[in-house]
Amino acid sequence: MSLIKKFKAPLLLVLVYLALAFWWPDISGRSAAVAFNYLREMVLIIPPVFVLMGLLEVWVPKEAIKKLIGTGSGLKGLFFSFLMGTLPTGPLYVAFPMAGTLLQKGAKVSNIVIFLGAWAAIKIPQLLVEVEFLGLSFTALRFGLTLTAVIVIGLVLEKLIKPEELPQLQ
Amino acid sequence: MTTIIVIYSLLVICLIWSLLKSRQQTKQSFIVAAKALWKMAPGLLAIVGVVGLILGILPPEAITRLVGEEAGFLATGTAAVLGAVTLIPALISFPLAASLLRSGATVTTIAAFITTLVMVGFVTAPMEIKALGRKFTLLRNGLSFVAALIIAGLMGVILG
Repeated sequence: MSLIKKFKAPLLLVLVYLALAFWWPDISGRSAAVAFNYLREMVLIIPPVFVLMGLLEVWVPKEAIKKLIGTGSGLKGLFFSFLMGTLPTGPLYVAFPMAGTLLQKGAKVSNIVIFLGAWAAIKIPQLLVEVEFLGLSFTALRFGLTLTAVIVIGLVLEKLIKPEELPQLQ
Repeated sequence: MTTIIVIYSLLVICLIWSLLKSRQQTKQSFIVAAKALWKMAPGLLAIVGVVGLILGILPPEAITRLVGEEAGFLATGTAAVLGAVTLIPALISFPLAASLLRSGATVTTIAAFITTLVMVGFVTAPMEIKALGRKFTLLRNGLSFVAALIIAGLMGVILG
């Protein structure tokens, strides 16, 4: 019973797909194809990412994270967060649990925003594709403006969010 | 493909290092990983379902129809909202944006679409809240949406 409750959202979605298959089979067919593609990608990417997270949790001491990207890490922390985000390591939903772990280990809020921003918007392989399709000036301008925006948003969030408003370590 | 190779190489290197240092700690890492995965599983599955539905109802051709032909604030606003609610892999979104540009969309509209697509995650918000808290998620996504519109406007002025 608790299992059904835990998975109520996905189960509900299965019902929606079934209902769609009944009334609009073409939509449900397209949706199922997209969902299946995503699922395949997740099955490949999610397990290794969570094991890496587990290793980070077990091996890297809180002090090390704090020193690297915590309060007082300054420009070096900013740069390092950006660098971590640009590694080609999958879609953004993978980054949330990782960012949560880093935050609970003492990372600064602004650095987490920069990490997520870089992860989502500024991936190196992704930029190459963008240059190919949208041109160098579009890509370079978007890169520069996005980077600026992410840093500003990080600094604003740092000011607005108090430590007790963040999820606590279980 | 690059993603998969990078993640798995990283994992193998870290695992070998960890096993050499301590078997017990390595086992502990797997336990932590399994617990976290179990906690996130419903959210991940729900994302798969919702993304499928959105892209099933709004395939790339429909998006082109919605924001391709007309210019102006309405198209840019629609593009920004579409970018925020959909979750399209970058490899698909760039060719899509290029085709939008060809079918008559403005640079501002394209920039709004791409920027909200990568910076704002409506579908992934429940997961973000779980990992980083409600206030963090609302502020980050809200400010990113506003920033995306500003970035789009600037890009339109500079490149248009």
